[in-house]
Amino acid sequence: MLQFVARRLLEALVVVFLALTVVFALQFLAGDPVKLFLPTDTTQKEIEEFRERLGFNDPWLVQYVRFLRGALRGDFGNSLRQHEPALVLVLHRFPATLSLSGVAMLLALVIAIPVGVISAARRNSWFDHLGIGSTVLGQAIPGFWLGLMLIYVFSVWLRVLPTGGRGTWLHFIMPSVTLAAFVAARFARLTRSMMLDVLGQDYIRTARAKGLAPPRVLYKHALKNASLPIVTLLALQLGQLLGGAVITETIFAWPGVGRFLVQALLNRDFPVVLVGVFLTAVLYSALNLVADMAYAWLNPRIRYE
Amino acid sequence: MSNAAVTMAPALTEPRRARRRMPLNRSGALGLIVVALVVGVAVLAPLITPYGPADSDLVKTLQPPSRAHWMGTDQLGRDLFTRILYGARVSLTIGLVTVGVSGVLGLVVGLISGYLGGLTDVVLMRLVDVQLSFPFILLALVVNAILGIGLQNIILTLIITGWVVYARLVRGEVLALKTLDYVEAARALGAQQMRIVLRHLLPNLWTPVIILSSLQVAQFIVAEAAISFLGFGVQPPMASWGNMLNEGKTYIYNAWWMTTFPGVALVLTALGVNLVGDWLRDTLDPRLGP
Repeated sequence: MLQFVARRLLEALVVVFLALTVVFALQFLAGDPVKLFLPTDTTQKEIEEFRERLGFNDPWLVQYVRFLRGALRGDFGNSLRQHEPALVLVLHRFPATLSLSGVAMLLALVIAIPVGVISAARRNSWFDHLGIGSTVLGQAIPGFWLGLMLIYVFSVWLRVLPTGGRGTWLHFIMPSVTLAAFVAARFARLTRSMMLDVLGQDYIRTARAKGLAPPRVLYKHALKNASLPIVTLLALQLGQLLGGAVITETIFAWPGVGRFLVQALLNRDFPVVLVGVFLTAVLYSALNLVADMAYAWLNPRIRYE
Repeated sequence: MSNAAVTMAPALTEPRRARRRMPLNRSGALGLIVVALVVGVAVLAPLITPYGPADSDLVKTLQPPSRAHWMGTDQLGRDLFTRILYGARVSLTIGLVTVGVSGVLGLVVGLISGYLGGLTDVVLMRLVDVQLSFPFILLALVVNAILGIGLQNIILTLIITGWVVYARLVRGEVLALKTLDYVEAARALGAQQMRIVLRHLLPNLWTPVIILSSLQVAQFIVAEAAISFLGFGVQPPMASWGNMLNEGKTYIYNAWWMTTFPGVALVLTALGVNLVGDWLRDTLDPRLGP
């Protein structure tokens, strides 16, 4: 197991390095990177000065090495708008995003896993139909529209919840529900279909035949074997939550990384965008690593491959 | 070619078996009706409505739903119903094109990676890992902001960011399938690699790929809407449900119809596609079949 962990850690480091490369390459996706860094009404002379000052005239390999060396020291340049280190600005906004994502994920799991398990165990019951109905709806409703509708109902119409911002627990309600809805639907669906898969297997029949209590069969024998894809999805969805925060935070004026990034994109503040994207990637890789380890723990066969 | 008879046998029985196993349940039928409806109104849009999607009437701005304007008008006096019909064209084009291209791309990569294993697998999966190390919507948003606005660029964006999900899923399935006895048996009998991939692996991959695609069509449609909602992607005056919601957001206090109807259209479409996907899954997966 230790060897497995060491190897996956090394692989994660490689991914982080490659992610850095992708972030560097992103600048060149549209051709001239300088255009990304400057407002559209900049004069040709200003563009040339800027190009020279930031070293965009150097060969790209020189730029790449300089970028990597800067990144190693945590130096991604200054924000073009706020004239402070981009890294610091983005890091300051991470706690807000993490707290929101955490609450949303907890909310989603607490609802989705039991719903999925019970739906599968009582296939075609009224609970199953209701469960499927809500997950289908939950998956079809995009977060940003759900957010808008919640604002309309609870802020504009009923006037019981704040439209946005952060402060009291009241501020958490609409953004976390918005973020959790889709994820919960996805988990419930996956849990249900995996459980149905597993419940049709011979060893479940054996477990039942030898007289084990139904809940034990369900949770110990079935859920553990159905949990591999669920664990993978958990890590992927946690990352997607970080991404979903981009939209949710923008709608609810939540002062996190997502909203900051959208503003940076609109302001063409590219150092900030690059840092934000990179840090999210690092966090996401870490989550994937955790998922892999849980995966190996749940299915010993994988460790020896 | 001694096993030609063996090859022929399934081909002969397949259509009959398929017909027997495709009973349409209620939600599947509902999904098909909704999808057909959306496709229908998208194609027939000019015949259904007397207005054009960009026709503005500055005397009739922000009008609530009425007999003349079923879903009201927006801040420029454009008919909302008309814009929703034309928005369906944008959504469907994006959903189908992106899922088609990214699905084939991911399927091929996943098959190669899972089947060959070794260095090929390591390299390809690192590529996938790198891309999956960025949250989908965030990467799509940034790529789109860099590529620039417009329909073509949003399609390109979603293809670039969408294929990896297929690759990872297919690879995982292939790894599991490879260890099954019948694949071992085929290999032991001396079946060629291409035959194993096409006849023993691929048929078992359709179910997960189709189920994923049903999620992906809806996800891509929603992603376009989300990106356009944030002010990138498809730009006004071209009607996209996302940019309509973005415009509506400003008027949420005095024109509820502007944030409601484009969202309903989006949800109905995503719902229809997902229901069809569920039905396909239930009928295609014999383990879950009736």
